[in-house]
Amino acid sequence: MMAKLDLRVLGPILALVALIVVGALLNSNFLSAGNVTNVLSRSAFIGIIAVGMTFVITSGGLDLSVGSMAAFIAGLMILVMNGLLPTLGPGVALVLVGILAALLAGTVAGFVNGFLITTMRIEAFIVTLGTMGIYRSLVTWLADGGTLSLDFGMRTVIRPIYFGGILGISWPIIVFALVAITGEIVMRRAAFGRHAAAVGSNDQVARYSSVNVDRVRMLTYVFLGLLVGVATIMYVPRLGSASSSTGVLWELEAIAAVIIGGTMLKGGFGRVWGTVIGVLILSLIDNILNLTDGVSPYLNGAIQGVIIILAVILQRERKAGS
Amino acid sequence: MKLTLSQIDRSFGAVQVLHGIGITLQPGEVHALIGENGAGKSTTMKIISGYLAPTAGKVALDDAPVTFAGSQDAEARGVVLIHQEFNLAEQLTVEQNIFLGHELKRGFLLDKAAMREKAAALLKRLDCNVAPTATVRDISNPDKQMVEIAKALSRDARVLIMDEPTAVLTEREAESLFTQVDRLRADGVAILFTSHKLDEVKRISDRVTILRDGRVVGQHATADLSEDDMATAMVGRDVSSLYPERAGPVGSEVVLSVRNLQVPGHARDIEFELRVGEILGLAGLIGSGRTETMEGLVGLRTATADIAVDGRPASFQTPRAALDAGVAYLTEDRKERGLLLRKGMRENLTLQSLSDFTRLLIDESAEDAALTKAIADFDIRAPHRGVDVGNLSGGNQQKLLLAKTMLAEPRIVIIDEPTRGIDIGTKQQIYEFIHALAAEGKSIIVISSEMQEVIGLSDRVLVMREGRITGELSGDDITEDRIIRLATGLDGLKGAAA
Repeated sequence: MMAKLDLRVLGPILALVALIVVGALLNSNFLSAGNVTNVLSRSAFIGIIAVGMTFVITSGGLDLSVGSMAAFIAGLMILVMNGLLPTLGPGVALVLVGILAALLAGTVAGFVNGFLITTMRIEAFIVTLGTMGIYRSLVTWLADGGTLSLDFGMRTVIRPIYFGGILGISWPIIVFALVAITGEIVMRRAAFGRHAAAVGSNDQVARYSSVNVDRVRMLTYVFLGLLVGVATIMYVPRLGSASSSTGVLWELEAIAAVIIGGTMLKGGFGRVWGTVIGVLILSLIDNILNLTDGVSPYLNGAIQGVIIILAVILQRERKAGS
Repeated sequence: MKLTLSQIDRSFGAVQVLHGIGITLQPGEVHALIGENGAGKSTTMKIISGYLAPTAGKVALDDAPVTFAGSQDAEARGVVLIHQEFNLAEQLTVEQNIFLGHELKRGFLLDKAAMREKAAALLKRLDCNVAPTATVRDISNPDKQMVEIAKALSRDARVLIMDEPTAVLTEREAESLFTQVDRLRADGVAILFTSHKLDEVKRISDRVTILRDGRVVGQHATADLSEDDMATAMVGRDVSSLYPERAGPVGSEVVLSVRNLQVPGHARDIEFELRVGEILGLAGLIGSGRTETMEGLVGLRTATADIAVDGRPASFQTPRAALDAGVAYLTEDRKERGLLLRKGMRENLTLQSLSDFTRLLIDESAEDAALTKAIADFDIRAPHRGVDVGNLSGGNQQKLLLAKTMLAEPRIVIIDEPTRGIDIGTKQQIYEFIHALAAEGKSIIVISSEMQEVIGLSDRVLVMREGRITGELSGDDITEDRIIRLATGLDGLKGAAA
């Protein structure tokens, strides 16, 4: 039993190590500072969202709307900053307003999902399928079918949020690390993490144990919304634009990362560090395929799919063993 | 068709639950099977209808020995069991349900016209006005009961077994069911039914078989038996020495006063007081609303009540509010509502009182210390500390659940079915824990379907029937006979139903 337990914990780590070894062998550039920074920075968007998704899934929920939500928030943030540019001028104040707008929009969007799921008692899959369509459509409408672009005057001011950093580590990586560490501590050591796992494991038991089940569920969606806002703040400076194709399939990548990391899709058990490894695994596959000639990068999706299915098979082994 | 059971034994593992049961069901006769919870009624019915095989003994149809390969085999031979919980597909129509699994076909296609015609004829025969095209979800409980019977008749049932058919029916609905039963009897169907309501047994049955502890203790023509005789025959065991002597005296101070407690659909006008150090028993048949009453009290169900704790008004909108006022409810369903089976003992133990172990983060070493103490105090026997709670025995799960509840330091503990499905040794331990808690000055309400448990533990007993408290017993008045009479409606509030 202990051997199985170890494999379960070690599985994602071993897969990550194997990928790094393969990458290093195939391309000498793989471990260069430039490439590592690139991979980690690009992982940050999905990674930050996936940390929030870990809590949602652990408590027995699901959120399909995060990709569209990110696109909508990006569009909103750009519109707000463009709109206030004449009044506030290109500067830190306007950036702060944009950040605030993104965080607020994310929180509200998460609250709406949570409200429909807990108070209105509609299934999470249905609710977030609905809001996924709504946000995607709204951003397309805001952009009038095209692209919402941040005013050129603002772009240089906001650029450092993605491209800058301290001690050579870029901001997205720092924020991702902070979110992941906080998430891991909350999941393992805070009452909220314990309650989320209890609700996902059996919400009746949680209710009979005086846990406010609806409040726990609601908070997981609100936190996820907030983190989508955070991810969007990092994303907007990178391209300076948002369109109907922004954030497409992010929700599935985030869910995949959570599952690869060993969180149970039906809830009751979650681990944030696993999710981080899941995100890195998905990014590395993409990166390795791009750096090497052997396999077409067009097969990226197929390989990721295989990894996801393998991860779920590992989860089932776990159940049989217990 | 005549069905005979002779010398039927049945064991589950090492436990023998039926001993030499003999029953004969005659065509055109209604046979009632009565007994306390756990007397063996369900097992007997399952053997008659092929859901269980007997360990020993014979089943015969028209004097020819048969062995049912399963319930479908029994149905094919005309023996049909109607479950207490309806076995209908709610989303399908009445006619689709009647022919479910036995659809009439014309070639590859369903013969809908023939099924509708036959369904209508069956329902007409039962004098039931429900439309064959109605969706089962939308029809009333008695109509569902009729659809079940129509379904049975469509299989040419000649022996009909009904498990507490009136449990979900009001008196008037039950009466219309009985009219149909009379009709089936006239058609020569052999019918066996169980009920806890002795007036119904008297009203509808021709013969009665009384079970106690897995044995037939009486078999009579109903006409020769009064309802009192039936109740007396169902009871008749002395309370063993399982129960410890009361240690502490009951205080005089009222810690909990409940007035005007209404739990919509389950209980009404509930009133009682609980004193310091008192063990109050709550007896009643399954379905009498005991659990719902207490769940309503602690905020687990929608309910209204005037509650006072220590004389001060209180309101329990949520279980958390009740717990903050010192009132904890320990569920009867430890596997689905009490414990997280796939989590360890530590997570389970502290779930209800996690805030006591949390500053900003959870203090895991304090949790570990609490677990060590709980294991010692409640004698929890686990293979190792990290074991999933689902792998503990029922008795140890129950002890852990008790430890979990007590960790929140309630002053008033409501324990629902404290010993359901656990062995006798652990039972005795749990009784001792309950007494020790009372001696410490905690006040305890024990809900139990085991009559002896209520009698052996309680200082005072409330009996519920159909959502009302029908009587209160104390001292020497707490007898099985008195409780049964109150629980079945022989004594106490008449016409509590409807």
